[in-house]
Amino acid sequence: MLRLEKRPTPSRFWTAATPVLAVLLTMIAGGLLFMILGKDPFAAIRTIFWDPLFNEQFASYSRPQLLVKSGPLILIAIGLSLGFRAGIWNIGAEGQYIIGALCGAGVGLALYPMDAWFIFPLMVIAGALGGLLWAMIPALLKTHFRTNEILVSLLLVYVAEQLLASMALGLMRNPEGGGFPGSRNLQQYPSASNPELIAGTGMHWGIVAAFIAVIASYVLLNRHLLGFQIRLTGQSPRAARFAGVNPNALILFCLGTSGVLAGLAGLFEIAGPAGQVSIDFNQGYGFTAIIVAFLGRLNPIGILLAGLLMGLTYIGGDLAQFMLGLPAAAIQAFQGMLLFFLLGVDVLSNFRIRIGKTEAA
Amino acid sequence: MKRRTLLAASVAALGLASAGAAFAADKTKVGFVFVGPIGDGGWTYEHNEGRLAVEEHFGDAVETIYQESVPEGADAERVLTQMALSGADLIFTTSFGYMDPTLNVAAKFPDVKFEHATGYKRADNVSTYSARFYEGRAVQGTIAGHMTKSNVVGYIASFPIPEVIRGINSAYIHAKKVNPDVEFKVIWAYTWFDPAKEADAANALIEQGADVILQHTDSTAPQAAAEKAGNVITFGQASDMGEYAPMPRVSSIIDNWAPYYIARTQAVIDGSWTSVDTWDGIGAGMVGIGEISSAVPEDVKAEALALKDAIANGSYHPFTGPLKKQDGSDWLAEGETADDGTLAGMNFYVEGITGDIPQ
Amino acid sequence: MDLSAINPLVLIASLMVASTPILLAALGELVVEKAGVLNLGVEGMMITGAICGFAIAVETDNPALGFVAAMAGGAILSLIFGVMTQVLLSNQVASGLALTLFGLGLSALMGQGYVGIKPPATHDLNFGPLADIPVLGPVLFSHDAVVYISLALVVAVWAVLKFTRLGLILRAVGENHDAAHALGYKVVRIRILAIMFGGACAGLGGAYISLIRVPQWTEGMTAGAGWIALAIVVFASWKPVRVLIGAYLFGGITVLQLNLQAAGVAIPVEYLSMSPYLITILVLVIMSADRSRAALNAPASLGRVFHASS
Repeated sequence: MLRLEKRPTPSRFWTAATPVLAVLLTMIAGGLLFMILGKDPFAAIRTIFWDPLFNEQFASYSRPQLLVKSGPLILIAIGLSLGFRAGIWNIGAEGQYIIGALCGAGVGLALYPMDAWFIFPLMVIAGALGGLLWAMIPALLKTHFRTNEILVSLLLVYVAEQLLASMALGLMRNPEGGGFPGSRNLQQYPSASNPELIAGTGMHWGIVAAFIAVIASYVLLNRHLLGFQIRLTGQSPRAARFAGVNPNALILFCLGTSGVLAGLAGLFEIAGPAGQVSIDFNQGYGFTAIIVAFLGRLNPIGILLAGLLMGLTYIGGDLAQFMLGLPAAAIQAFQGMLLFFLLGVDVLSNFRIRIGKTEAA
Repeated sequence: MKRRTLLAASVAALGLASAGAAFAADKTKVGFVFVGPIGDGGWTYEHNEGRLAVEEHFGDAVETIYQESVPEGADAERVLTQMALSGADLIFTTSFGYMDPTLNVAAKFPDVKFEHATGYKRADNVSTYSARFYEGRAVQGTIAGHMTKSNVVGYIASFPIPEVIRGINSAYIHAKKVNPDVEFKVIWAYTWFDPAKEADAANALIEQGADVILQHTDSTAPQAAAEKAGNVITFGQASDMGEYAPMPRVSSIIDNWAPYYIARTQAVIDGSWTSVDTWDGIGAGMVGIGEISSAVPEDVKAEALALKDAIANGSYHPFTGPLKKQDGSDWLAEGETADDGTLAGMNFYVEGITGDIPQ
Repeated sequence: MDLSAINPLVLIASLMVASTPILLAALGELVVEKAGVLNLGVEGMMITGAICGFAIAVETDNPALGFVAAMAGGAILSLIFGVMTQVLLSNQVASGLALTLFGLGLSALMGQGYVGIKPPATHDLNFGPLADIPVLGPVLFSHDAVVYISLALVVAVWAVLKFTRLGLILRAVGENHDAAHALGYKVVRIRILAIMFGGACAGLGGAYISLIRVPQWTEGMTAGAGWIALAIVVFASWKPVRVLIGAYLFGGITVLQLNLQAAGVAIPVEYLSMSPYLITILVLVIMSADRSRAALNAPASLGRVFHASS
C-alpha cells in the first residue's frame, strides 16, 4: 500500500527533478501514442523537442520564434499568477487580451497615416487601459456585489470575441481592403508597429515587457509588503484580514494587474507579429497562460521556463505536423499529456511516498 | 526588387535558403496551409481532397506536406517560413487571413512559389485563386424560387464579407426572377463553425415559415433540422452532403480545387509557373453543382441545368442588369454585367432584400 | 419586422432541445462541485462523449448504445482528472484545463474515420394523443428521450442532495473534507465517484450534440458548450433547479436572438450575439447583490486539495 506523507518543506531535489521526469514520461507516453498512429516515435519526439532548437535547417529561424510564441504567454501568466496566489481567479485573460489589442490598435488606426514618435507609446497606454477596463468589470462587480469573478471574467471573453468580430468587420475594417474583413496591417505603418528590435532575434517590445514583468513580479513577491499580503491572503484570508489587508483593494490590484498585462500582451501582438485586427485574431493565449501559470507553480522564474516549454511544444508541434504528417490533434493530445505529467509528478516535491500502512515517519 | 534581393541575401547569409534548394532537385514538394482541421467536413476538408488528388495524380514525382488548424496572423507566418525552409517548391495558403503573411514570407523566399486563396494581393511569386461560388448560388436561387410554397427562403450566413454577400445577392436575384413574391430571411450566425448554432438558426428560420434553407456555413446541421421538420429543402455546401439526398438536400455547391492544384503543380514541375489571378467558376470545374435530386420537378431541374450551362459557357452572367442596389440607386444598366472589382468587394444588397448588412 | 412570426410555444420547445447539452453537463459539474472539486475539463469530456457516442452509434446502428458509450467515455476521461487531483494532489484548475486540451486532441484522433457520416436517427418519443394537446403538447410531449432524462436527472440530483444520506455525505465532503474524513468517510473515493458522474453527464451532453442536435461528427463541434455549463453552475449558486433555469435561460436567449434576426428586428447582430452572455452576467449580479442568500452556497472546500494526514 502506497501512502503519501507531506514534507515539511518542498524537496529541493524533486522540485528541480520533477519537470525533467515529467518530460521523460511524456516522451514515453507520447511516443506510444505516435507509434499507435503509425509514426516513428523517436523521430516525432526529436522533431518536437530537438529540431526547433538545434536542427541546422530550421533552428536559426525557430529559436527566435520561441520567444515570439512564449512572450505573450509569459506576460499574461505573470499577471494571472498574482491573483491566483491570492485566491482571485481571473479566467478571462483572453478577453482582456482582445480588448487591449482592440484599444491599442484603435488608437493606431485612428491616427493613420500620421507619422509621429508618440503614436506607439500612446497605443501601449491604450492597450494597458483596455485590458484594465475589461478586468475592472469583474473586479468591481466582485467588490460591490460579491459576484463570482470566475464566471464574469469568463463570460466577458465571449463578449470580447463578438466585439472583435464586429470591429474587424465594421469600424476598424481597412477602407482600402476592397470590402474584405480585417484592419490595415499595422506592420506596414511604421509609427504604430512593434517590429523586431534586433533582426533575427525575434525580440520585440512585448518580449521585453515579459522579461520586465518576470523581474518585477519576483521583486514584488519576495521583497515587498504587497507581495507578502498577496501570499498571506492566498494561504489564509482570515489571517490576512487581521494583518490589516484590505481584501477589496487586493482584488482590484490583482485583477487590475492581470488585466493590464493581458491587455499589453494583446497590443504588442497585434502591433507586431499578428499585424491586423481580424475576426480570429485571438488564439487562446489567455487560456494557455492559465496553464503556464500553474506549470510554473505561480513562481515568476517557473512561469518563464513553463512559457518557454509551452512555446517549444507549439513550434515543435508545427514541425512534426508537416515533416511527419502527424495530425494537429495528436499534438494537442501530446500537449495535454505533458501537462498531466508535469502536474502529476509535482506530488513528489511536496510529499514523500511511503510503503506500508504504519504511521511511523 | 532591390529590397527583395537584400532580404534574400540576408536569409542566405543565415544559412537558411541553401538547405531548401538542395531538396528541390528530385521531388517536387507541395505544401498546404489549412485554417481548420481537415476533418471539418467543409472548407478545409475540400482543400485537403484537392491535396490528395495531387498526390494521386503525380504519384512519386510529388510529395505533399500540410498543416491544419493554423491560426491566421503570426502563427501563419511562422508555419509558412518553416515550410519554405523545409524545401517546399509550391505552397498553397487556403484562407483569406493568410494574405499578408503569405506576401511577407514570399518576399523572403523568391524561389518558392506561393498561391493564396481568396485574396487580392499578388507578387512575382505569389498567385491568387478563388472560386465563383455565386454562379452556383444562381442555380440554387432558381431552384429555391420554384420550390418554395411559403415564398420564404431562409439563409444562414456566416460573417458579412463580400463572398457571403455575393452569394445572398446571386441567390436572391435568381429566386426573384422565377418567383416575384419570394422573400429572403437572413440570419448572421457570426461564426464559421458552430454546428449547434447552425441547427438553431435553421430551426428559427423554419419556425418562421421558411421552407427552403440556403446555408453559407459548412456543417450538415441545417440539413438534419430540415429533414426533421419535413417539407423543407436544403442545398449542400462545400461538399455534396449527398447523405441527405433526395430530401431535404436537393442539390449542392461543391468546392473542387483538384484541377487547379494539379495544374499549378504541373506548372512548377515544367518551370512554366507565373503569377496569375484565377477566379474560376462552373465553366472551369472549380465550382461543382451536385446532382439535382428527384424531389425537384423535371421542368425546374431542366431550367436549373440550362442556367448552369449558360453560366458555364459564358453566355450568361449571374449579375446582369438591370439591377438596383437595396437603397434604390442604379447599379447595372440593362444588359450590363458586373465587373470583377465590384464583385470582389461587394458590400451591399440588391434591391428587394430586406434587412441590413451588419457593419 | 414581424414579431408575430415568432411562436412562443415553438420557441420553448426548441429552447428545451438547444439547452439539453449544457443542462446535462452543468448538472454533472454541480455534483462534482458539491463534492468540493472544481473540474474545468467539461469541454474536453463533452467532446470525448460526443465522439464516443457517435462512433458506437454508427458501428452498432443503435443510438441508445451510443449514449451509453458516451457516458462511459466521459467517465473514463474524467477518471484521469480524478487520479490527478485526488491521488496525485495536483492543482484542480490546471488539471481541468489540461483535461480539456487532451480531450479535444483525443476526440479529434478518434473521430478521423467518422467525418461526413450520418448517424442513425434518434426518434422522438411517441406520446400518442398527448402530443396533440394545445399548448402543453408541443412543449411537453414532443421530444426525444434524452430531454426527459435530463429533466428527470434535475429532480434526481435535487432529491438525492436534499433528502438522502448519500447527498448528505457528498455535501459534507464538499463543505469540510477534514471533518468528513474524521467522521470516517472516504473523501477521496467519494470525490472520484462524483467526478466520474460529472464525466458521464458531460459525455451524455456531448453525445446529444453529435447524435441529435446536429447530428454529425466534426472536430471541436461542442464549440464552447462546456464552458457555458461551468458558468451555469455558478450562476445557479449550486442548486439543481436553478441549473435548469439557467440552462434554459441561456438556451432560450440564444434561440430567441436567432429568431429575432430572422424576424428582421433592427438590433445589430453582434449585440444580439453578445446578449446571452451579457444577460447571464446581469442576472448573476442581481442574484449576488441580494445579501440574504449570496455567497453562502459555494461549497466551502471547493477547489481545495485534500490530503488525509495534512
